[in-house]
Amino acid sequence: MLLALLALDLAGAAPAGAQAEGEEPAHSVRGILIDKKQTRERTDDVPVEGAEITVSTAGGEEIGTATSDAEGAWEVEVPGPGRYTVELDPDSLPDGVGVAGDRNELELDVNPNQRRLIQFDLGARTRDVTTTFDRFLQLGFTGIRFGLIIAITAVGLSLIFGTTGLTNFAHGEMVTFGGIMAWYANVDWGLHFIPSVLIAVAAGAGGAAAMEIGVWRKLRRRGVSLLAMMVVSIGLSIVLRYGFQLIFGASPRVYAAYQGQDPIEAGPVNIAPRDLWSIGLIIVVLLAVAFVLQRTKIGKAMRAVSDNRDLAASSGIDVDRVILFVWVLGGGLAALGGVLFALNERISFNSGFGLLLLMFAGITLGGLGTAYGALVGSFIIGLFIQISTLDPFPAVPPNLKNVGALVVLILVLLVRPQGILGRAERVG
Amino acid sequence: MDWELILENGGKALVGTDAVVFALAAIGLNVHFGYTGLVNFGQVAFLAMGAYGVAMGVITFGLSFWLAVFLGLFAAVILAVLLGLPTLRLRSDYLAIVTIAAGEIVRLVLRSASLRSSTGGSDGLQAFADPFFDINPLPTGGTALGPIHLGDGGYGFWIWTFGPNTTWVLIVGWGLVGLTSLMVWALMRSPWGRVVKSIREDEDAVRSLGKNVNWYKMQSLILGGVIGALGGVIFAISRQSVQPDNYSTALTFFAYTALILGGTARIFGPIVGSMLFWSLLSFTDVTLRQAVVNDKIPGDFLTGTRVGIIRFMLVGAGLVLLMVFRPQGIFGDKKEVAIGERG
Repeated sequence: MLLALLALDLAGAAPAGAQAEGEEPAHSVRGILIDKKQTRERTDDVPVEGAEITVSTAGGEEIGTATSDAEGAWEVEVPGPGRYTVELDPDSLPDGVGVAGDRNELELDVNPNQRRLIQFDLGARTRDVTTTFDRFLQLGFTGIRFGLIIAITAVGLSLIFGTTGLTNFAHGEMVTFGGIMAWYANVDWGLHFIPSVLIAVAAGAGGAAAMEIGVWRKLRRRGVSLLAMMVVSIGLSIVLRYGFQLIFGASPRVYAAYQGQDPIEAGPVNIAPRDLWSIGLIIVVLLAVAFVLQRTKIGKAMRAVSDNRDLAASSGIDVDRVILFVWVLGGGLAALGGVLFALNERISFNSGFGLLLLMFAGITLGGLGTAYGALVGSFIIGLFIQISTLDPFPAVPPNLKNVGALVVLILVLLVRPQGILGRAERVG
Repeated sequence: MDWELILENGGKALVGTDAVVFALAAIGLNVHFGYTGLVNFGQVAFLAMGAYGVAMGVITFGLSFWLAVFLGLFAAVILAVLLGLPTLRLRSDYLAIVTIAAGEIVRLVLRSASLRSSTGGSDGLQAFADPFFDINPLPTGGTALGPIHLGDGGYGFWIWTFGPNTTWVLIVGWGLVGLTSLMVWALMRSPWGRVVKSIREDEDAVRSLGKNVNWYKMQSLILGGVIGALGGVIFAISRQSVQPDNYSTALTFFAYTALILGGTARIFGPIVGSMLFWSLLSFTDVTLRQAVVNDKIPGDFLTGTRVGIIRFMLVGAGLVLLMVFRPQGIFGDKKEVAIGERG
């Protein structure tokens, strides 16, 4: 590598030497490399020294190379008029400097007796100094956080499906509700963030309990079919979503707390402390949920109702009470997920609906109706969404990253409809 | 309060382009949901196929307008196959989840900046429907017989008049509504329709009679999807533009509300449902706006934009109330409402 650089340096010295003798070449390509630092102020400009430039014919045959001098100037002599390709080696640029839009290769025509001047558009912003692996780690970290947030919201959705058979399309609005309540507590009432979170979780749990007692329990008693209840949940979701828009407004908002934190640098990964706290909190809460499910009486009852409702009822379990508990738990978890989602991104009236589709993808991937399946599936979906944007490997455009998750959902159904942790059930 | 304006808008919405588009969308949903018992929550994706098929066919691929219409319908067939293959053999929840996701996928892809050169991104595409209006036989000038306008001051009756181009869209649109309804009526009386309706009642029973249930479901999904795509074509033509955000999931549930209002598994259910739906919506919308303008509503809570939001909430509430208290809608037969019996 060093030898190669040296060789290039020597090759680059030849035209520079020729220039020093005052004999300007008849035909050449030249330029001055200046890092404009993305500002308008000329005083900010810094010449770029030591950058490698290679000129080839249009056919790809190399003609010569040059290295920029202390003023950033470089020149390569060419045999005559014609079309040439000029390539700036981005690895030879100083750290933090790059060519805008990766246009480091330009094609140009040299006219008779012309010393053609060309400019490379250099700037700090465009140069990505991180390696693909570093970006992979950074995206992986973001993905873990995002996956955990989807997981904490999806557990409730999956438990509700497991115990009642209802696919609750209004679950996204429960997530939004938590995020919005925390915003009011934190920004409008000026509370500290931690009591705001507690208020939001309590409100989410209370709201879910109110929905169960006010709507779902009544519909179950009326003998309304699950399909009809699914349509009702859609209607509720529309009422709630636009109700939020009416009250909260259409534009996304951020919390007052923990914005603009200085990131902790862990190797190549930048971590905002709030993300670290979010991740820790979610892991603790999810462990607590697992404990409740496995070790407590109500958890056992929940799993029993989930397995077989009639059998559970006939063995003395108060099914309505268990279902109410599931809604309270699901509502609280959804609200907490909404707050933590909004803490990192923003909260708007339709945040939850966007997450709902990812929750569905996660739950389906993990296995519909299983609590642990929902965890695993959502976590994988969150991680997948972030890493799918890794450039240059899969490189899904960031604005389409959620689409990738939904495509995964469809593929999973094709190959393994019962999901990772679900049991294969014979349908039909 | 301008009562004439309220009356005019309410009456025009009864037969207007929105009513046509949603009638077609709801007829398609009726085939899915009403007759076959398929829960398609992504009808909007089929409309988008029709609409963007026409727009992209003409502008992006340079096809003739009529060929582009077929491209849109063909795209709907492909979409139905793609959605049906993984889900039709599974429980109905899966189709619901996958279709609602597909509706969102289609919208996100269409508005993606990465595909701006072919789909127009969030701005959409314009000016592709000229050949449709070139063959409009209605003259811009004409006569009027008392309150009946035949070209003089538009076409229509009394205060309910439409311009010649809109009238042309409406004639073609309601013609399509009539044709597709006739087709659905004939199909549902045929042996095919009996099988499809039996699938709604008891899938396993039909399977035990040796019918290929999944294939019948697929045919139903394709048929309803193509009818929805026709609605999308009319939608695109009537606006002479396509914009991705017009194809949000809310559109699907507007169509559901219209369908359930009219009555599922009935030929006239989706048509009357859609007409009444838009008339009611327009009536409340204009009345509220008039009340805002004339300061009939105290306080400054209700503004023009908020009326639009309230409209969505009313639709959602309407859907819930209909589903709970009158799932058979106006025309439906409670015994034949798929959603009443099945779990």
